Amino acid sequence: MSTAGTREEQRGDERTQHTGEAGPARPAGPAWRTGGTGAAAGRRGSGAAGPREWAHDLALGARFATSGGRQGWLRTLLTAVGVALGVAVLLLAAAVPEIISGNDARSEARSGAFNTASGKAQPSEYSVLGKDANNRWNGYQLYGRLLQADGSSPATPPGLDHIPAPGEMAVSPALKKVLDSPEGKELRERLDAKVVGTIGDEGLLGPYELAFYKGADDLSVPGGAVRVDKFGSPLDEDPMDPVLVLLVVVACAVLVMPVAIFIATAVRFGGEQRDARLAALRLVGADIASARRMAAGETLVGALVGLLLGGWFFLLGRAFIGRFEIFRISIFPEDVTPGFYLGLLIVVGVPVTAVAVTIFALRGVAIEPLGLVRKSEQRKRRLWWRLLPPVAGAALLIPLAGGLETGGTVNEVQVSSGVVLLLSGIVLLLPWLVERIVGRLRGGPVAWQLATRRLQLGSGNATRAISGITVAVAGAIALQMLFSVAENSQSSESQASRYKSHVDIYGPHTTLADTEALTADLRRSQGVKNAHGYLQSWVEAKGIEDGVGITVGSCATLRAVARIDECRDGDSFLVRTPKSVSEEQGGATPPPKRGTPLMLDKAPDDGGRSNYTWQVPGSARTVMGIELPNGGSLDGLMVTPSVLAEKRLDSPSFQGTVAMERNAKALEALRTTVFHTDPSYSLWENADQETADQIGAIKNAVLAASMAVLLLIGASMAVSMLEQLRERKRQLSVLVAFGTKRSTLGASVLWQTTVTVVLGIGMAVFFGLGLGWVLLRMLGDARADWLVFLPSAAAGAGVIALVTLISLPFLWRMMRPDGLRTE
Amino acid sequence: MSISHTLLALLEESGPRHGYDLKRSFDERFGHDRPLHYGQVYSTMSRLLKNGLVEVDGIEAGGGPERKRYAITDAGITDVADWLSRPEKPEPYLQSTLYTKVVLALLTGRDAGEQLDTQRAEHLRLMRELTRRKQGGDLADQLICDHALFHLEADLRWLELTAARLDKLATEVRK
Amino acid sequence: MTSTASTASAGSPRGAASTAESAAQGAGTASEFLLSASGLYKTYGSTAALDGADFAIRPGEIVAVMGPSGSGKSTLLHCLAGIVPVDAGTVTYAGRDLGAMNDAQRSALRRADFGFVFQFGQLVPELTCLENAALPLRLAGVGRKEAEARAGGWLERLEVGDVRRKRPGEVSGGQGQRIAVARALAAGPRVLFADEPTGALDSLNGERVMQLLTEAARETKAAVVLVTHESRVAAYSDREIVVRDGRARSMAGAL
Repeated sequence: MSTAGTREEQRGDERTQHTGEAGPARPAGPAWRTGGTGAAAGRRGSGAAGPREWAHDLALGARFATSGGRQGWLRTLLTAVGVALGVAVLLLAAAVPEIISGNDARSEARSGAFNTASGKAQPSEYSVLGKDANNRWNGYQLYGRLLQADGSSPATPPGLDHIPAPGEMAVSPALKKVLDSPEGKELRERLDAKVVGTIGDEGLLGPYELAFYKGADDLSVPGGAVRVDKFGSPLDEDPMDPVLVLLVVVACAVLVMPVAIFIATAVRFGGEQRDARLAALRLVGADIASARRMAAGETLVGALVGLLLGGWFFLLGRAFIGRFEIFRISIFPEDVTPGFYLGLLIVVGVPVTAVAVTIFALRGVAIEPLGLVRKSEQRKRRLWWRLLPPVAGAALLIPLAGGLETGGTVNEVQVSSGVVLLLSGIVLLLPWLVERIVGRLRGGPVAWQLATRRLQLGSGNATRAISGITVAVAGAIALQMLFSVAENSQSSESQASRYKSHVDIYGPHTTLADTEALTADLRRSQGVKNAHGYLQSWVEAKGIEDGVGITVGSCATLRAVARIDECRDGDSFLVRTPKSVSEEQGGATPPPKRGTPLMLDKAPDDGGRSNYTWQVPGSARTVMGIELPNGGSLDGLMVTPSVLAEKRLDSPSFQGTVAMERNAKALEALRTTVFHTDPSYSLWENADQETADQIGAIKNAVLAASMAVLLLIGASMAVSMLEQLRERKRQLSVLVAFGTKRSTLGASVLWQTTVTVVLGIGMAVFFGLGLGWVLLRMLGDARADWLVFLPSAAAGAGVIALVTLISLPFLWRMMRPDGLRTE
Repeated sequence: MSISHTLLALLEESGPRHGYDLKRSFDERFGHDRPLHYGQVYSTMSRLLKNGLVEVDGIEAGGGPERKRYAITDAGITDVADWLSRPEKPEPYLQSTLYTKVVLALLTGRDAGEQLDTQRAEHLRLMRELTRRKQGGDLADQLICDHALFHLEADLRWLELTAARLDKLATEVRK
Repeated sequence: MTSTASTASAGSPRGAASTAESAAQGAGTASEFLLSASGLYKTYGSTAALDGADFAIRPGEIVAVMGPSGSGKSTLLHCLAGIVPVDAGTVTYAGRDLGAMNDAQRSALRRADFGFVFQFGQLVPELTCLENAALPLRLAGVGRKEAEARAGGWLERLEVGDVRRKRPGEVSGGQGQRIAVARALAAGPRVLFADEPTGALDSLNGERVMQLLTEAARETKAAVVLVTHESRVAAYSDREIVVRDGRARSMAGAL
């Protein structure tokens, strides 16, 4: 290596001697080529760079990032802030599984096996009777338990050091605040106990959770209570609804992808100035590979600073999270911790991506000593390889069609990689599409001509700037489609509730007397127009797959729910669904035939005991049901108490429907009424509020997140737009000198963005609807709402319009003649 | 280059002095390549004396030859001024004359910038003529004109440079 | 306006030549000049780019503006063309005061009556050479076909008709500059402002561009304000003015 250099010099000397030329001109040759130590030069010459060259060049690049004066710092800072915002979002996303598992752990720690059959402890010194008293208040979920100690040293749930005495309760700090406030009057009356203690953080899911443990003395296992001798049994929770899992997986995929694109954009901030500097370095002898490494080194600094800054943003946001409730859910900051592997992936992946993006971006250009040469004879973009990822994504997703229809499970890896691959099609196909379409544009007014010609010459920058937004929009569209279907599946009852305001009440344990008493109380409650309550049980029947509902009640009660002319104790009725209801629900359940054998008192684990069979009385008369305020009707079998004693029914439950004013105060009063009967009774404002709320919360979260992502990308678009304008400063000035109207130039900028945006958003709509359709097929639901793309597409277009608007004043400034000054 | 005007201007700057001192002064500033012969100075001063541009201020007797001390007359001062403000006919290789004039203008407290502008105007006049001739002429004409144009331009560029450096030059010359 | 005409070199002793110049500028009838300016002041930040400059040009006249770098030559051109507003002083074009016009009016004037050639970076890289040359016509409202036909004729005249379909990045500097000249002349300006038009060219190309530019200007009777620091370029003018320290002085009297 060094010998080569020496030989070169020798030859140079010989030539000098031979021709007698002046000395100084020649030796410059080899010196120019090496530009460093002989060894390094030799290796560079051979093309492959060793780790030492890498380290050296990266370090040199890093120096440029920090030593470029105010401009240099600004550029590095811009990249760092961009990367930091992206990293913060990624860290938050990486913390989501931990938040969920942290939440689960807290739930498990305080669970008293109320939801499982495992709570079958024998009474002892340590055992405690507990009963679910979960509740709602003004849209807040209250976690509540009634507790009753069997002995003198009972087990306590986390956050509590003793079981409250009857008539006393321990509450969470947030609930205490509510109870102490004037708005808490209703809740004070409902809970009706003296606050004697506070639940510690370890017993709460979040700092703002409303929770209470109330002491009781009337709990019994038959009355719905569960006996436990320790808290913290593993929760055997229902697995999450696969639709929800699908939503969450897709949401994460479509939100993280634009952020990744955003980071890739952010590391290219200030690229123009950097290119000029690299050209200068080439002039003094750096080769192309080492110039690229230096560029990578420069980016690396921004990325690393961004990583640190992002970590700091994340910690800042985490502390912030502890102080706020999002969608009425609060989280302890310490639960918001990214998982180790995901965190590692971010810490390693972001800088590596930054370097990769920089090097990749410089592939299309040659850094020549006299400036950057974009390879003007660009190859036409090819279509075939751009189609591979989206096709692969579709291939992963389409076979899953119908997979969730019958309640299958979601293969998260397959779904998320399918979604990412499919959406990557936008990023890959958009440049091709823009090139193809713009290439055909001709003529038009000057502004249009300037815009289209500019795009024809190089549409890469323009499309790259919006690719993040298009992916975000496509993802949002797909999600919207899923949401609209999930909401639609809330079926007839919620539709009925549109014109009738009603509340359904369900209690797992009741007696006939309690049912009558509660129904009377409900009728008396504030704002109630009408209330029906009855005791019902669901029993298995031979030959009827779904079983038969048996309603037990007095003639008066039964008359309220069916058209019954004559009724005496001892009568029984077979109820037909009224036409209005069957039309609404698209079908009716025929009543059981007389003499059908029904299996009574069938416990799930009753050992070898034989089932007690009871037959539908032959005297049962067929009557028509009455449409209830909730839009449904009772069907099946109705009996008066002497026909079938309530005690012979397995878990007789209370079913109630209340027609009332739509009025928050009346609703809270109703809740209090029910709570005083039995805290474990549930109320629904409509049929499936729980799931609807869950879906609503995810929908809100996703919408908020996609807005945040859109704004984030909008910010990066603004930055690169301003950069592009600054690059064109001289040109704009010349055009102004010509007397070009500002409006013409403004219009050309607008046209330029409009063309790319229309194509980009069109692409986003196409892919978004496509992805949504594929996902819907997974759910086996083809009822797609094809117009859901409008809001997301509008939001995307809005952000781009905003960015253009923001850049206009800058454009005006660029159009000042200062750009003509060269001195 | 006019030696008589140069000596006259030097005399104006320094006040009355001997012919030999004038020669030394000339040699220092302008005679880098070719020092003046004293005989040339002597004959020039005699001619100036005859034309009334200088007068004899006094004679010093000493051990050597007779030494006359000369002083400039009013007519001499006017003559220097006319000479300095008169543009030189543009021709190749006249730098030394231009340089002499610039330095003398500075030495005698005149506006050298204006002098340069005058000279440039004169140069440009010739250059325009040449350009015109070139545009109308055949290839030979063009080559000849271009040769002249490039030399004239070189002169002017030197003039520009000199003008830009006047301040520095002024302190240099006066120290 | 006439009263301020002599502020330019007040304080400096002036020879007979300067007095003659004052007369030419100050005493000349206003109608004699197409474009004139007096007492121009322009400051960028704390540096005075123009410090009381005067200027006048007759219809069809070619005037070279000379002076060292940073003397304010380009600023003078920008002010004369109404590209930048002056801090003080008046610029009069064809009897109209540029200072009294608003930006839109000045832009319209530049589109209709002025043409521009700069040293470099003036062609829009995305447009073809023909489209570049047709740009001023199109800005002035001429239809695309006609504008391109007219501009094409000018490209032929300037010996760059063969590159009309290429983009500026694909042609040589000399060709680019010819295209710029064609563009400046295509709309038939009455004043052509050229700021170091040959600054980035070699001698041969520079000579040719100047020759074509002046020939075309003389033929179309366009006045040319030619900013240059090269005397060989200035030799194509009818007379020159020199800008030094933001003050312009004419050497017209030396003629």
